[in-house]
Amino acid sequence: MSGTPQNPVEKLLRTERMPHIWCPGCGIGTSVNCFARALEQANIDYKNLHVVSGIGCSGRVAGYVNVDSFHTTHGRAIPFATGLAMARPEAKVVVYSGDGDLFAIGGNHLIHAARRNIDMTVICVNNFTYGMTGGQVTPTTPYSAKASTMPYGNFEDTFNLPNLVDACGAVFVARWTIYHVRQLTRSMTKALNTPGFSFIEVLSPCPTLYQRRNKLGDGVMMVQYFKERSTIENGANTADVALGFQGDIVVGEFVERERPTFIQNYNTRMEQVLGDAFVPYEGVK
Amino acid sequence: MKADPKAVNTGTHFIDGNEACAEGAIAAGCRFVAGYPITPSTEVVEHISRRFPRLGGLFIQMEDEIASSICFQGAIWGGLKAMTVTSGPGLSLMMEHVGLAAITETPSVFVDVQRAGPSTGLPTLPAQQDIMQARWGSHGDYEVIALAPNSPQECFDHAITAFNLAEQYRCPVFFMMDECIGHMLGKVKIPAADQIEVVARKFTSRPAGEFEPFRIYDGDQPEMVRAGMGHAIHTTGLTHDERGYPAMNPQTQDTLIRRLRNKILDHTDEISIYEADQIDGSDVTIVAYGVTARVAEYAVHLARKEGLKVGLLRLTTLWPFNDRLIREVADNTKSFIVAEMNLGQMVHEVERASRSKIPVHLLDHAGGGIIEPETFVKKIKEVVR
Amino acid sequence: MESELDAKETSSSSKKKVKGTVYITEDRCKGCSFCVVFCPTGALAMGGRLNHKGYHLPELANPEKCNGCDMCGLFCPDFAIFGVRLKKKETKENA
Repeated sequence: MSGTPQNPVEKLLRTERMPHIWCPGCGIGTSVNCFARALEQANIDYKNLHVVSGIGCSGRVAGYVNVDSFHTTHGRAIPFATGLAMARPEAKVVVYSGDGDLFAIGGNHLIHAARRNIDMTVICVNNFTYGMTGGQVTPTTPYSAKASTMPYGNFEDTFNLPNLVDACGAVFVARWTIYHVRQLTRSMTKALNTPGFSFIEVLSPCPTLYQRRNKLGDGVMMVQYFKERSTIENGANTADVALGFQGDIVVGEFVERERPTFIQNYNTRMEQVLGDAFVPYEGVK
Repeated sequence: MKADPKAVNTGTHFIDGNEACAEGAIAAGCRFVAGYPITPSTEVVEHISRRFPRLGGLFIQMEDEIASSICFQGAIWGGLKAMTVTSGPGLSLMMEHVGLAAITETPSVFVDVQRAGPSTGLPTLPAQQDIMQARWGSHGDYEVIALAPNSPQECFDHAITAFNLAEQYRCPVFFMMDECIGHMLGKVKIPAADQIEVVARKFTSRPAGEFEPFRIYDGDQPEMVRAGMGHAIHTTGLTHDERGYPAMNPQTQDTLIRRLRNKILDHTDEISIYEADQIDGSDVTIVAYGVTARVAEYAVHLARKEGLKVGLLRLTTLWPFNDRLIREVADNTKSFIVAEMNLGQMVHEVERASRSKIPVHLLDHAGGGIIEPETFVKKIKEVVR
Repeated sequence: MESELDAKETSSSSKKKVKGTVYITEDRCKGCSFCVVFCPTGALAMGGRLNHKGYHLPELANPEKCNGCDMCGLFCPDFAIFGVRLKKKETKENA
């Protein structure tokens, strides 16, 4: 069937590895559609795009994208991506992982990469659970929601991801849900074009684990909940965007600020102090 | 390939082992270091942080050792030669990523300036208690290379060896220093750049469509690649096939894990660096490495002056362990004394390899100090009697 | 295995309206119905046919309603469907 149109996401996929392992109604694939279109809009050359994932359902994104991709260890996608971004300053490094991977075991690395303003885009698919391992509680599981390790309902307080990342100095912070495919695509494009540490939280259904355990129906029902309860407030104060169990959701682009990146800071400082003894850092061309 | 003249500090220096290690890494082509402060290793990265801005290299102090131990692997897959530096407690935090380096065949140098443990132990005092951790610390079956320098000069020379072996065998290479060697000032001769042999990374020249990053085309190692070459490579810590794609079945596991082991074990002799001194016809041979081998040299001298027939086998390569060498020595001496600053680690390898042909004695030390020469001589006399 | 969904040419009234169609890669579909629920014009419906894994496949039940906006493609978590615009005279076959 030569000449038949191609799915815009096809170019990004390792088609020989399809169909993928994500469950029916899981939102990770939807976010990858947005990512593919954002890459188009940001006209990122695939040769200079490197995707790094940690462990977990979202951690499998690296294995499905047809670019230089690295499936690293649990929680450590960001430090790996830091080294990769250092070696390849001209490349766009994207970390694509989940809420547990990035904010539980990987939390220490995330806050420091944001503090240092390492040039990377972090896409966090937040499905409020550890899906791959069977639905355990994560730092974002809403209060009172059940999880396999919270059989009587989560009694812990949760992280407000945009607030946390904003506080650490990220230069771009946005949150959308799987329902907001157009806005998510636009924010991804913007993040890809923003030098420094950019972060996007994507609320996603997890029908098999999070929703079944909490009797929240299938993927469609979760996305409809996202649709009905989300209000778009670009520029909202990230302190006011915490999430409750099946409560209201504030989405939008919350933070856009200018900060020199880690390498810019490095080169500027060294030039000031060492003058022409300084050999500017270029990494691998 | 020769070292880069701009990076080699040719000349004779009076520096300590930590600084010599940093200079050796630089001479070997290391241009990225991720590290975290930990006594007694920190001077290595401090020296790197002073030198790199003048060389176009980049040092980053990460937030912890877990981060350091994977950050430098990211830089390696970006195309740079890189290392991380730590001591016992940090090395313990790095273990998961030693395994990642092994399964992804990442040419990675882990410098461990050992201190007395376990736990916080004696941070400023020497020991050799991380030997088995270097070999078995991460989970699963895998092989590593480990070298033990025993002088500031060797910290320079063998740091280069470590980087070269890492590139040749694409595996984790441990550089097992200790506090004594790290903080020992000594003469270090740094040759001209064109006298320093550096193994360049063997990047593939195969086009993207026909290249599988984990297939063996020739020799024992897959051809290296880096991000940005347009090959859309994929690496994963999952058991993977030759394309690097997850293939989670026992057959792939069997093929992959055995290959990762054999690609090193099959070259044990080539990797094995050691010195043998007056072993033939000796009544006892001391086996030692690192700073203990320095003391052993003097102790053997004292013993020989008293007419005792003592041999000395100094191991620089700890892993892979050279069984054949031990068996050969066992045929030419009457007994072994394995001397090490731990309660017995390498002694087990010597016992195993010598297949009880001759008695194997342990001269141990709980860490925090060195084995005194007199203690050596006393032990030699006990054994020989 | 891609299936052909023919876009029926409707009467002259649809001349002004932009026309479109969808392409489905059946073996990737997991029957989650995102495409059906979030199709802005209600062109899609869950069909009776099953794919080789036994998942119900969507179908272009009301082809005249499809304007090729590709919202189905954006939503589909399995990369199994996408929409394309058809020029005036084109139908799917000669697109």
